[in-house]
Amino acid sequence: MEQAEEARLLERIRDDQPGAFESFVSLFEDRIYRFGVRMCGEREDARDVLQDTLLQAYKSLKTLKHPGALRSWLYRVAANACLMKRRKGKFEPEREVSLDDLGPREPGEPRTEIPDPAALPDEALARSELRQTIQKAVAEVPPHYRIVLVMRDMEHLSTTEVAAALNLPETAVKMRLHRARLMVRQRLEATLSGEGDAGEKR
Amino acid sequence: MSHTLRPGSPRCRDLFARLSEYLDGELDEALCSEAETHLEDCPPCRDFLESLRRTVGLLDRLPAERVPEEIRREVRESLERLRRHRDD
Repeated sequence: MEQAEEARLLERIRDDQPGAFESFVSLFEDRIYRFGVRMCGEREDARDVLQDTLLQAYKSLKTLKHPGALRSWLYRVAANACLMKRRKGKFEPEREVSLDDLGPREPGEPRTEIPDPAALPDEALARSELRQTIQKAVAEVPPHYRIVLVMRDMEHLSTTEVAAALNLPETAVKMRLHRARLMVRQRLEATLSGEGDAGEKR
Repeated sequence: MSHTLRPGSPRCRDLFARLSEYLDGELDEALCSEAETHLEDCPPCRDFLESLRRTVGLLDRLPAERVPEEIRREVRESLERLRRHRDD
């Protein structure tokens, strides 16, 4: 849905129009749940992320100052819910990963080409090892990179929206996105070459 | 120009750090045209860019999971409880 339509929906919610919040829930629940699954990896956690986010939306949407920023606001709330889940789990320091560790293989090293998505039929990804390989590669990216990757490349938020949602400068969003993509690329290449853990090849 | 993409090679290194911006069309015109000139001359950079483009394309092609029915129902019931609580 375009931003203008989202702004109209928000106006209806502010005016307490019947069915407005229900429309909002129908519009965003799949997206928020999917975001939760991709960030947390567990359906139970994704359910909590969805529930926390929608309850917060019910309480606060009417007071949202910038209707154009609905999506950024929503993903910020969902991201915070994901981070709360993380705090309950194992502590992971947010180290920056060096680009030097994410480059190409040395010439002559065997490598398997990453398949061209344009040449893959939908069924190939719907129920295949390749899908699981990609999901695992994403899940292995450290959370502060993964959150940017999921928002940009899987939820298709703009750099500006991600920066607003995560309260980061756009340069940091671009830097994290690039590293996250490189990590997924490296893991895909390693797994498809039959090496398993990409970290073991260095 | 060495035909090995290496972090040690200054032009490869510069481009390597900004390949995602190039893919996303976020480089300004001058840098973009510089990147394209380099890519024409550097097959390893071109191959690496293609593998990154495919990676991003695969992420986009992952099937979208929908909320399972029992979770959808559970969450809507929570919202309804909150609404009733507020109305009381």
